Amino acid sequence: MLTFTIRRLILAVPTLLFISLVIFLLLEFAPGDPMAQVPLTVPPEVKEKMREALGLGQPAPIRFWKWIVQFFWIEPQVLVDHVLGTSFSAGDLRVISWQTRSPVMDIVVQRVPQTLWVVGVAYVVGILIALPIGIYSAYRQYSVFDQLGTFVSMIGFSVPPFFSGVFVIVIFSVNLGWLPSIYDTTHRVTDWDSFVVQLQQMIMPVMVLALQITAQISRFMRASMLDNLNQDYVRTARAKGLGERVVVLIHVLRNSMIPVVTVIALGVPSIFGGAIITEQVFKVNGIGQLLITAIQANDLPMVQTLTFMFAVLIVLFNLIADVLYGLLDPRIRYD
Amino acid sequence: MTPKTLLLGAAAAMALAPAAMAERGSDGELRIIYWQAPSILNPFLSGGTKDVESSSMIIEPLARYDPEGNLVPWLVEEIPTTENGGVNEDLTSITWNITPGIKWSDGTDFTSEDVKFTYEYCSHPEGGCAQLTKFKGVESVETPDDLTVVVNFSEPTPFPYGPFVGGESPILQKAQFEDCMGARAPECTEENFNPIGTGAFRVTDFRPNDVIQMEANPNYRDPEKPAFATVLFKGGGDATAAGRAVMETGEFDYAWNLQLAPDVISQMEAGGKGVAVAGFGPLMERIHLNQTNADPSLGPDMRSVSILEDGVQQNPHPFLTDPAVYKAMSMAIDRPLLVEIGYGQAGKVTCNWVPAPEAFNSDSMDCSTQDIEGANKLLDEAGITDTNGDGIREKDGVPLSILYQTSTNAVRQDFQALIKEWWSQIGIDVELRNVNSSVFFGGDPGSPDTFQKFYADVEMYANTFNGTDPQSYLGNALCSRHPRPETQWQGENTSRFCDPEYDELHAQLTQTADMEERARIGRELNDMMVQRGGMIPLVHRGRLSAHSNTLGGVDLNVWDTELWNVADWYRKNE
Amino acid sequence: MTDPRDPESGPDTGHGVLGEPSPLATGALPDPMPSRPPRSQWRDVWDQFKTHKGALLGGIIFVAIVLLVFVGPWLWPYDPTQIDIRARNQGPGLAHPFGTDQLGRDTLARMMAGGQTSVSVGLAAMLLALGLGSLIGVLAGFFRRLDGILMRFTDLFLALPLLPLLLVMMLLFRERLNAAFGPETGIFILIVVAIGVTSWMPTARIVRGDVLALKEREFILAARSIGTTNTKMILRHILPNVLSPIMVSATLGIANAIITESALSFLGLGFPPDFPTWGRLLFDATDYLQQYPERVFWPGLAISLTVLSVNYLGDGLRDALDPRIRGR
Repeated sequence: MLTFTIRRLILAVPTLLFISLVIFLLLEFAPGDPMAQVPLTVPPEVKEKMREALGLGQPAPIRFWKWIVQFFWIEPQVLVDHVLGTSFSAGDLRVISWQTRSPVMDIVVQRVPQTLWVVGVAYVVGILIALPIGIYSAYRQYSVFDQLGTFVSMIGFSVPPFFSGVFVIVIFSVNLGWLPSIYDTTHRVTDWDSFVVQLQQMIMPVMVLALQITAQISRFMRASMLDNLNQDYVRTARAKGLGERVVVLIHVLRNSMIPVVTVIALGVPSIFGGAIITEQVFKVNGIGQLLITAIQANDLPMVQTLTFMFAVLIVLFNLIADVLYGLLDPRIRYD
Repeated sequence: MTPKTLLLGAAAAMALAPAAMAERGSDGELRIIYWQAPSILNPFLSGGTKDVESSSMIIEPLARYDPEGNLVPWLVEEIPTTENGGVNEDLTSITWNITPGIKWSDGTDFTSEDVKFTYEYCSHPEGGCAQLTKFKGVESVETPDDLTVVVNFSEPTPFPYGPFVGGESPILQKAQFEDCMGARAPECTEENFNPIGTGAFRVTDFRPNDVIQMEANPNYRDPEKPAFATVLFKGGGDATAAGRAVMETGEFDYAWNLQLAPDVISQMEAGGKGVAVAGFGPLMERIHLNQTNADPSLGPDMRSVSILEDGVQQNPHPFLTDPAVYKAMSMAIDRPLLVEIGYGQAGKVTCNWVPAPEAFNSDSMDCSTQDIEGANKLLDEAGITDTNGDGIREKDGVPLSILYQTSTNAVRQDFQALIKEWWSQIGIDVELRNVNSSVFFGGDPGSPDTFQKFYADVEMYANTFNGTDPQSYLGNALCSRHPRPETQWQGENTSRFCDPEYDELHAQLTQTADMEERARIGRELNDMMVQRGGMIPLVHRGRLSAHSNTLGGVDLNVWDTELWNVADWYRKNE
Repeated sequence: MTDPRDPESGPDTGHGVLGEPSPLATGALPDPMPSRPPRSQWRDVWDQFKTHKGALLGGIIFVAIVLLVFVGPWLWPYDPTQIDIRARNQGPGLAHPFGTDQLGRDTLARMMAGGQTSVSVGLAAMLLALGLGSLIGVLAGFFRRLDGILMRFTDLFLALPLLPLLLVMMLLFRERLNAAFGPETGIFILIVVAIGVTSWMPTARIVRGDVLALKEREFILAARSIGTTNTKMILRHILPNVLSPIMVSATLGIANAIITESALSFLGLGFPPDFPTWGRLLFDATDYLQQYPERVFWPGLAISLTVLSVNYLGDGLRDALDPRIRGR
């Protein structure tokens, strides 16, 4: 197991380097211009100067190399400096966003809290709702509850968040006036009252997102439970005279959770990736919104850094999922 | 609060002047939402409207435009003119006298050195300053004393109010930005995010592309202003959500630039929490007519390439330069309907390229009624008829089929569909195309889809100019401004319009100082461009913003930033 | 959905509950199997499928939707691009049963045109993802030498963040394809390819897992011992046995593609505004949610109904195609 993990970790390094090159090339060949959003009243000569100031005049390999150095060498130093109060990175140029002319990582760090609050909580809530639904649906397969659960989760899956989000805003913010339609990222939770305010502004985006997550996880849970419910060991357990509750909730559930846990682990990077559409609709301004504005503004260093960080997370959690699978299921051996 | 101020306050309230009872910071929090989030508070490094507007609450220019388009002194005693001796006789220098006693928000004095520094900062060759055009023609900036600034131009400048005037050209503090010149500009994150200014507010927390928090500037020159203690400046989302937050839920006080369908706006206003206000600058939506041949079968050396010999186009468009054709195309358009569908309150019918300021708005043309019959008649009389019975007219054997391109945008696609329908009624076949706006306006010489390259017969977009003087904007139709392969397809004259008479008249404009005469020439140039087939004006577009019913003092300004008078805003008591 | 099967569970370990999905199943039971001539495999599949009421209904609805959007425009007098400015913003009525939009275009005609695009995108993207996924999955599972490299390749694609990749592909190839195939076909190809190449990986992983398990089974050994070639082996013995997970991926793929397309419309990177799709229609109507709620209703209903029907169809197909369940 350990050698497997180490081998995969070592293998991940060239994979990630290759991915960063692929992302860079993709962005490099994409048409579009960071100056496209500058008003037409700014004449072309000035735009050309602005492009040069961004470093766009340099050849692509040099820019890629610069990015690699900045991301893998300077940014970790900045982190070390920040934690230990040293000054390794003093004077070094960090990865700078073209839109804001400020270090990309600073903005990312700024955005992580609200993304974790909203998307992370939605993920947890979604899982907490999904698991019981999946378990009961499978146990009472083709019952009214199962049919209803399937139906609701399919609706949740099929309604795009740009619609469901606006729909709940119109109902709960405009017509009823209960909840704010715009998420305040500057809000600090200090006491009970401010916690209630935070809860109020979170509830709509969290529920919209959780609906989608629930829809997917509950289907996995149901399928996995169904697979196990018909196994011999279940029959044996029942024959032994174990109670139905013990059979289902201990024997079957434990085995059914194995694939579901890996599916959940595989979904974790998407929390950090944010939810582009939901963040946009509720003005949560997290990582997803950062990415989409960067794409729209052709802010290549920002897009490159963000997509690469997602790639790292995805590779990492793929590995974690595989390891978890091996740990949880003794039948699986990696060699 | 002392008893005296209380008394004064009561007296003011009795005098029915709610604005006058303001005391700095007495009205709590001002909440503004811009659906495009500001990414930097240094307008010299961005040029985006969102960044210029948000930074205008913090840093200010020497003079501003008011909502009528008049210059008003801001940090100076008066507007220099030739009459008061502020502008010298040969129009090569302008002298600004700074109001004494103005302080930066850090408490230091605002001096002429800062003004001079701002010029040096922006004109640094490696800085990539977005507002470089503001300083065009400036030879030097002198500071005879702490409160006097002299701007010298290299040649006579009849309109010397470019540098340090308007929201795009604010003054930066020298002490803060001294180490941020040229190539070092992007390293100054702290400075770019938190500029020290003379404005009514100062930044307490700036989160790029998300939110700005500000507080009243303790050193602001008017001790009673601003009325608001803090500002929450939220960015992001979309125009619908911003309008909803102001007019329907009342969560925000001010929402900027609501490009929404008219019925959506009126539905929101029915929410009763706020109102929409519109203002009209020179922004207008138009169709440019390609004067050169854009036939795809031509090679890259010929397609849409302007070849001029003595001001005569050697590669002319097969039919678009025919007056009967472009006049008929213009007549077939129902502009009032376009306004109603696309812009509502925020649009007006216009026949002019320069629809504002009022002095420059020509009244020689009328285009507010659609006349399909007249257009058909015009084409018939010109001998441009359908000779082969396919429903499409031909001119000299060339069928009137045009490719009509624009940027991808819901309103523009609606316009395209409508105009295609109307043109088909006068026997013109139209193929529609829309290009992603970051490519269309991107200016990449390698892309075939930029608006400058104009690989189409007609194209639609909107353009405007800053300030109130259209001289350089009118220069966009000069023969020398054609985008060509030699210029990397850069150039403002996308129509490839060329008329020696026009060039001559424009040269005259650059030599004229008298305002009335300038306006007359301007109107004539405008008429020439439109009547000689350079473009078909469609809609004069306004700015539509919304403010809540409890926010007072809003005076929508299209000539400067919308937040120009934010110091005067106050909370109305209901 | 993935339902990982482990090699230990033999072909006949109890599937009692699954085998008798509903009382309706009894209808198929009275046939005494041995007394009849051998039945074709597809007949069995159909019989099993019929017993799943939800699947049958889902199938019927899906076929009806497909027929409506592809045949409907031939029968319906209005053209989706025909502008009738006098009749704009109308509610549902006799002339326009679904009402009209802000330019007076008939909503029913636009729904059908939009459905054509959305359903075609869904089907084509699903076929592409499925083809790629099954190919790579089968190859990786069957040939040990290819396994490592193909799975690293799959990991690479999994690690590429999907939405950004999609967005970049949009920006990258849109204009070129437009030039080569015209704006409509160009963007169609692009969206199908974009969705297809970013969604084949789960299918590949599942198929590979199943193939690995199948390879150890006796019937494969038997087939190999009588000299079956690799190609024959894959086509005759492997593929039919992994059809069930492939079918589930397929149905999910259709739904996913339709939804991804609508998300792209929201981000302004999908089909252009003048080109209706269900996602686009829903997005455009969202602004008018308060004034004209019916405009949101129709595309929303169409998307949900399609996704729902396809999923029930998938459930039924899964049961019908799984030889362990069928015929019990």
